[in-house]
Amino acid sequence: MGWHKKVLRVNLTDGSCNAEPLNMQWAAEYLGQRGLATKYLLEEIDPKVDPLSPENKLIIATGPLTGTMASTGGRFSVITKGALTGAIACSNSGGYFGAELKFAGWDMIIFEGRALSPVYLLIKDDSVELLPADDLWGKSVWETDEILHRRHQDPQLRVAAIGQSGEQGVLFACVVNDLHRAAGRSGVGTVMGSKNLKAVAVRGTQGVKVKDPARFMRVVAEKKQILAENAVTGQGLPTYGTQVLMNVINEVGALPTNNAIDVQFNGASKISGEAMHEVRASDGKSNLVANKACFGCTIACGRISKMDQTHYTVVNRPEYWGASGGLEYEAAWALGAATGVDDLEALTFANFICNEQAFDPITFGSTLGAAMELYEMGLISDAETGGTALKFGSAEALTKMAELVGKGEGFGKVLGLGSKRLCEKYGHPELSMSVKGQEFPAYDPRGIQGMGLTYATSNRGACHLRSYTVASEILGIPEKTDPLATEGKAGLVKAFQDATAAVDSTGLCLFTTFAWSLDDFQPQVDAACDGEWSLERLSEVGERIWNMERQFNLAAGFTGKDDTLPKRLLKDAAKTGPAQGRVNGLDQMLPEYYQLRGWDNAGVPTRETLSKLGL
Amino acid sequence: MMRSLSITPAKCTGCLQCEMACSYENEGVFNPAKSRIKVFVFEHEGRNVPYTCTQCADAWCKNACPTEAIQINAATGAKVINEGLCVGCKVCTIACPFGTVNYNHATGKVIKCDLCGGDPACAKACPTQAITYIDADWTGYDKMRGWAARTDTQSAAQV
Repeated sequence: MGWHKKVLRVNLTDGSCNAEPLNMQWAAEYLGQRGLATKYLLEEIDPKVDPLSPENKLIIATGPLTGTMASTGGRFSVITKGALTGAIACSNSGGYFGAELKFAGWDMIIFEGRALSPVYLLIKDDSVELLPADDLWGKSVWETDEILHRRHQDPQLRVAAIGQSGEQGVLFACVVNDLHRAAGRSGVGTVMGSKNLKAVAVRGTQGVKVKDPARFMRVVAEKKQILAENAVTGQGLPTYGTQVLMNVINEVGALPTNNAIDVQFNGASKISGEAMHEVRASDGKSNLVANKACFGCTIACGRISKMDQTHYTVVNRPEYWGASGGLEYEAAWALGAATGVDDLEALTFANFICNEQAFDPITFGSTLGAAMELYEMGLISDAETGGTALKFGSAEALTKMAELVGKGEGFGKVLGLGSKRLCEKYGHPELSMSVKGQEFPAYDPRGIQGMGLTYATSNRGACHLRSYTVASEILGIPEKTDPLATEGKAGLVKAFQDATAAVDSTGLCLFTTFAWSLDDFQPQVDAACDGEWSLERLSEVGERIWNMERQFNLAAGFTGKDDTLPKRLLKDAAKTGPAQGRVNGLDQMLPEYYQLRGWDNAGVPTRETLSKLGL
Repeated sequence: MMRSLSITPAKCTGCLQCEMACSYENEGVFNPAKSRIKVFVFEHEGRNVPYTCTQCADAWCKNACPTEAIQINAATGAKVINEGLCVGCKVCTIACPFGTVNYNHATGKVIKCDLCGGDPACAKACPTQAITYIDADWTGYDKMRGWAARTDTQSAAQV
């Protein structure tokens, strides 16, 4: 249970939409969402396929607890071969869309092929139609959302869409749902665009049932109480959102600044969660308007912001005066510290554009940071940028480039390649702050050593959401480890990776893990799903998923050589802060990590490891 | 003590725990489409507003019902649909000025909030106390207390 046991298969090439039974054997082995959909993808496509070809598939998947009353039970993921990376991509989003899909009676949608001309998918419970989207092509996510609500006369329709960036082939386009929640990373929106699929609109009235409702209700109430009483999920995140981290990470000297030339940013406090609360001199209001929860979430870390109407970006542009998704920590870091910009309103505007046109602020900000370094080295000219000086710290450069990337126009097309391709184009591949083609986020591995191993080994390219050792190394959750030490980090990273893979397969949000361990997920999963779900089984599922993703990447052509970091993190020591004089000690962690994983020296899972995990 | 639901929209985050609790309590399924309480999200204003039946003392729905299917629960004051008497004529849905009585095409009856017999599931599920179940005669107590706390008694005493 937790499932409708129904998959919707949409062949965009021939326009067919068919229901098929969910593979319950795989659900027993891979749980749901991230794990289960990756299993489907691995079984159905050749990992060597060109991500933007019709042979790639795009899966929108819920977890068994999506649409239930478990706290944060609104998550879904988009799984495909990533446009940015060529690796396995799995981007997780909240909002209301995932639960609505479940309520419509569908556990998963598999898109295959490519439509001849733009289409969108309309789901109303069992009724499923592919409809022409020629008039939506060229529209932003926000416009698309409004048009579809008007056209179908249903205010309760939930829409997930790509913006112009995804249509134009910007390689880090997202799928944005409910206006400002995003399946953000690896270019999953670019793959959607390559299939001529503009949007999925869904309305569901069938609800979700669980195996043992009475026990489930008892357990989820207990677990919600734990979230409410925890300092991070009960206070820090509701008050400041993920932005609670900006000043903290800056102080520990792990805030990558100006394309990671520095590890501390002078302007950090100006773009922090605290700053979002401050009253602006211009209009007497604060940037932050309200907290926002995704479906079912009792934490509510989401930020809703309003722009200062006198800010240069929005003067005479009332379409940006309304409340919308405000800065989260990763976006504030990427749009701010990575580019040296400390204008909170400019960051908020750029973030609005990322949502409106659906592209990843992390990759965008990091790519712009790399372009700024190249510009300051004299390698990118004003003629190329259309006259915009790409200097570190320039808010104008940030907001101008955000708009160009959003539309896939001008220099935005070049930035739309992502930093790896951009830096190669200008002859300095080492200036791309990426691993496996994906830019690392807001934690500098020189100041938080475990994050170096996290980035190097992340299956979807550099990412914080694959093993958030920051929790242990900085916040002391579940126990404090020294952020500057490499000892013990291999085991820590492996444990976090496996647990995270399981959590990402439940339908619940990873942010609960500030308060919950896998022991807290286990009784919720067990009360909802068929069969018996022990802690051991859940842990094993996590490890199985991690190794399966690894197999996908190895089959796609990645090797152990790709488990590395940008040279800057390994050679150029941190200049200031507690980590001053240090580089990341990846070479001290990686061999032990391979060993703990049961992989050989080349990073390939041994036969014993695979057979132990049933792979 | 007679109690009533009290809603403070400024505290609502739009999580819909109330809608799921309501549908589970009344229909045995997690399904906001079957909830008697709805949260309205005004995206461009950043406001989330839960809305449900306020249990009018002199209830339009009850007065309009031709079959006397809407009855008062003496213990809670809730206006409750007697499904045995309801013929699904929908006159109450027209009479209610607030739209909180709705027709359910699956059962052919109307549905509305009945305060869960005196222990409303929505209030219990709300993580932010945006929905509370409090003394019906003192729904303004907390608001009064809030203003009272801001009253400058010290300077008044000095006058």
